[in-house]
Amino acid sequence: MNTLIQLIFGLLAALIVGSAVMVVSVRNVIHAALWLIACFFGVGALYLLLEAEFIAVAQVLVYVGAISILILFAIMLTRESEGSRYMVSGWRLVVTAIVCVALFGAVLVPTIFTHTWNVPPPPVATPGSPAPPEVLAGVEDLGRGFVFSYMLQFQVAGVLLTVALIGAIVIAFEERARRRRVLTLAEEHEVRKRQKPARPPVTGERTPSPQAAPMSDGEQG
Amino acid sequence: MTNAIPLEAVLMVAAALFCIGLFGALARRNMVSVLMGVELMLNAVNINLVAFWRYLEPGFVVGQTFAIFIITVAAAEAAVGLAMIIAIYRTWLTSNVDNVASMKG
Repeated sequence: MNTLIQLIFGLLAALIVGSAVMVVSVRNVIHAALWLIACFFGVGALYLLLEAEFIAVAQVLVYVGAISILILFAIMLTRESEGSRYMVSGWRLVVTAIVCVALFGAVLVPTIFTHTWNVPPPPVATPGSPAPPEVLAGVEDLGRGFVFSYMLQFQVAGVLLTVALIGAIVIAFEERARRRRVLTLAEEHEVRKRQKPARPPVTGERTPSPQAAPMSDGEQG
Repeated sequence: MTNAIPLEAVLMVAAALFCIGLFGALARRNMVSVLMGVELMLNAVNINLVAFWRYLEPGFVVGQTFAIFIITVAAAEAAVGLAMIIAIYRTWLTSNVDNVASMKG
């Protein structure tokens, strides 16, 4: 039983970390969003393994159902036509990597080596009777907590959501008179070329194919 | 379950996820990619909260409550952030972080 749990945990950890690496490293933004969905599913499964069922369901509903769809729509609405430099390069990339690895080490060294976690031991089976079940706070306790102990915080969270969503509508709202015609990628390219004549335009990164790179080089020249 | 997986293993996964998300938020140039990195970091924090709840205080609801509130704040943050990305794209016709530098001192 323990081996099975450890195996599942290892697979889930590999899924989570692997898909997160793909999210930050893959070139196409749409592919990154799809890897993000895989990562969210892995995290939800990890919640299930940690016996937090309600959080797992909320994770799948909110993250996989809402946030990833929102991200996909935002990607489609903001078509990128200069994706060739999708990541910082040079010393900025080096500094960023150093900061992340240093943070990982700085968090991990005390966690594993110096700090002792006072994890209470699980109930053991006495000879003659099975192990008593561990007391776990379930969905019922969570609902009771929201209605009684955390009533004010619950209401504040509701107000926060309302304010944020109204704010999002106000920010993204566009008056009908100012609404511009949706440009095709070629027209947008022309606009960009007029706006920034100094910078050589780069094309063909939406579908990174072997033919795209020589074409863009030819246009630059 | 708690004797099969040590707490440190779960914390290691969360720390790795947080650092990968931080790298994505700092290194990517597309605004949506930056937001995806932030989402990864929020997920890592949530894993930590749930793990601490499960291992240290399994009988109380405080840890799960924290996780629910973090999910709420993440949803609000994603909505406002993506609306701002769309507004910025309308104004500057770009979704690259480096091109939006009008407040740079």
